Amino acid sequence: MSVVSRKLLRAAIYLLFVLLATAGLYLMLDYHFLAAIQVSIYVGGILVLLVFSIFLTSQVGEKMPKVKTSKKIAGLAVSVAGTALCLYVLLTQNYPYAEKISKGEIDMHAIGQSLMGTEKFQYLLPFEAISVLLLACIIGGILIARNK
Amino acid sequence: MEFYLVVSTIMFFAGVYGFITRHNMIAVLMSLELILNAVNINFVVFNRFLFPGQMEGMFFSIFIIGVAAAETAVAIAIILNVFRSSKKIETDEVSKMKY
Repeated sequence: MSVVSRKLLRAAIYLLFVLLATAGLYLMLDYHFLAAIQVSIYVGGILVLLVFSIFLTSQVGEKMPKVKTSKKIAGLAVSVAGTALCLYVLLTQNYPYAEKISKGEIDMHAIGQSLMGTEKFQYLLPFEAISVLLLACIIGGILIARNK
Repeated sequence: MEFYLVVSTIMFFAGVYGFITRHNMIAVLMSLELILNAVNINFVVFNRFLFPGQMEGMFFSIFIIGVAAAETAVAIAIILNVFRSSKKIETDEVSKMKY
């Protein structure tokens, strides 16, 4: 619904529901840390930013202009063809399931030590790289959107 | 496990439909968020069911969330700048270059 609604703020609210539902899916799979991150960053950060920018750039309540039907049908054809192809490939596979699917949340100590470690499966380097990326985005965002 | 994959595939292609069809740039950004969330669900599902002892899927999802946040912020800054200079943010009306 957030891709077909003609009012922009309603599309943002439908996106909010989708993001909360994704956090619920993560909770069903016993990924508590990821669900908390999803809610706090996506819902509490990105969606608030999107709603601010919607209020700044458009009149709330006006409908967006209608999309031409030929464009809608082309988009729908591409999406349905892609969905059919991906579903066919995904559902006709034999997945090598592991013998024991561990049903428990991941220990926070293990997450912390993996994020800050330098062994084979640990993530210190991507952590530092993403902090440089965030710094560049902060500086870029301020520079682009400042008042002359 | 296949049910989670069906959900994420439908979400991905709903995002693709919105990305192709919408005119407003902010609506295009919202469809991009749908695509990124679908990919996140896929990573996490494969991690939980095929590799239960390891955590790579979850960490990749964390980094995808971080990169998506940074990219959305910069995209909104650019959109606000375009709006300030030409007062409209439809993808088919912002067509004049500077010179």
